[in-house]
Amino acid sequence: MNIRDLVAQINAGQASARALVEDALKKARDAEEYHALLSLTEERALARADEIDAHIKAGEEVGVLAGVPFVVKDNFLAFGAPTTAASKILENFNAPVQATVVEKLEQAGAICIGKSNLDAFAHGGSTENSAFGVTHNAIDKTKVAGGSSGGSAVVTALDIVPFALGSDTGGSIRQPASFNGVFGMKPTYGMSSRYGVVAMASSTDVMGCFAKSADDIALIESVMAGQDTKDMTTLPDYFTSLTEVPAGLKIGLVKEAMTDDVDPEVRKATERYAEKLRAAGHTVDEVSLPSVKHSLAIYYIVVPAEVSSNLARYDGVRYGRRAESVQTLGELYGRSRDEGFVTENKRRIMIGSYVLSSGFFDAYYQQAQKARTVLINEFNSLFSQYDLLLMPTAPTPAFGIGENTEDPVKMYLSDVMTVPMSLAGLPAISAPAGTSASGLPIGVQLIGSMKNDALVIATAGQMERQND
Amino acid sequence: MVAIFLGVSLVQYIPMSTITTNDVRHLAQLSNLQLSDDEITSLQTDLANILDYIDQLNEIDTSGVAPTYQVTGLENVWRDDVVDASAVTREDLLALAPEHADNSIKVPQVLA
Repeated sequence: MNIRDLVAQINAGQASARALVEDALKKARDAEEYHALLSLTEERALARADEIDAHIKAGEEVGVLAGVPFVVKDNFLAFGAPTTAASKILENFNAPVQATVVEKLEQAGAICIGKSNLDAFAHGGSTENSAFGVTHNAIDKTKVAGGSSGGSAVVTALDIVPFALGSDTGGSIRQPASFNGVFGMKPTYGMSSRYGVVAMASSTDVMGCFAKSADDIALIESVMAGQDTKDMTTLPDYFTSLTEVPAGLKIGLVKEAMTDDVDPEVRKATERYAEKLRAAGHTVDEVSLPSVKHSLAIYYIVVPAEVSSNLARYDGVRYGRRAESVQTLGELYGRSRDEGFVTENKRRIMIGSYVLSSGFFDAYYQQAQKARTVLINEFNSLFSQYDLLLMPTAPTPAFGIGENTEDPVKMYLSDVMTVPMSLAGLPAISAPAGTSASGLPIGVQLIGSMKNDALVIATAGQMERQND
Repeated sequence: MVAIFLGVSLVQYIPMSTITTNDVRHLAQLSNLQLSDDEITSLQTDLANILDYIDQLNEIDTSGVAPTYQVTGLENVWRDDVVDASAVTREDLLALAPEHADNSIKVPQVLA
């Protein structure tokens, strides 16, 4: 059932928020073996459900998400449980405020029931970098969930909740969505507030969601979108769902993402998706985006630079874990950070320190930001001729747990298809596009120009209906 | 693993000369990380591999190209400077600190 129908049932008294929340909590407990959730916010969730049920009984208008349970990635500040970012340094951090997007969803009547696992501080593509254990893929437990929002993708795929929130800095919503066979939306940079979400790379971080249909994605994004005085990079609300997809869209299939290095089954699934777009009356042409091949290198300079700066605040002084029996302040910083971060956090912080240090700044950071401009110019030139772009979400279906943990560069390669849009700030959805011969989900991305989120989502919806 | 990926070669040897143990120690110091010797050794390998990969950016001709630091083009976003009565209190914030006393956060001695 889609979310709109679920809310209609609640408003009509055919279902209660209490029953939905209890059901979601039970499913969450039954699925513990996946280790998708780090905490349940049970007490607060049940109290809110009763409140909402009382409002509805009294005939009051509650909101477009009245009584709908959801899960947040555990880097969103949300009441009812600690916000750990899956790290030891924030293990017991109970935030005194909530993220703006969580507040907005609550005001619309949605109920947060728990917080999902991630790579610590969202650094990773498999949720294996969590300080609290690995999340298992919803379809094949021997495979990774993807990441960094692996837990949110898995709870959506397992139908524990109708939707879940994630953050996407370089693919952290789209890649796990593709690995678990659900929809995952990375909005245009600035569409939704970043306030109250643990910052990773401020120039590419966006907040988005996972759901089982494109319609549900549109509904959730419409609630999350809008300007926030607490995040000065937010854009005035421009998001309006499209009820109909314009006929005869021009779509470009990015050839650099369809080379022999990409899994043949992934390429085949992308070709099939292109055929479906054609069958719906759109045209799909092969196009070239040469900088795709350099995007990962740009990303792994720009993002660690921002990470090293954003993670400087975790020093064991004002909040979070503090190392014990230290003699000096310097030792307190150094030991608290060494104990509180996982290895991948340290790698990124140190790469960031390296590319920003004197003597290397021009060669790395400045060169990367110039190459970013080259990439954006290539996108702009394609969008002057095409309405949307199409490419796979990841070069392979979900890989095995432990398969890539020894080699950070190999792990980074799973982001190669998603980072270009992050660097350019463009909206992109990962939509399910069938499965591999062994039954693993494959996802494709539909990509729009800045602020064309609604077209991206609606086109994914049109293709979804064509499945039926 | 693949030697070529999307047209970019992935060099698999570790050019230890490009990053030394001392470099890693210096970076750790800049990053306020007190690392163990084992961590320094393994990070030396990881960092060398990562730096090797990102070195491909030298291939791109960026002469005359301006850097991009942000993508929305927004500039000078203002808001009124007013006290938000519903905002977090000093007590809330102090309660988050591992050690505090007399409206202040306690830390060990600053100079060794």
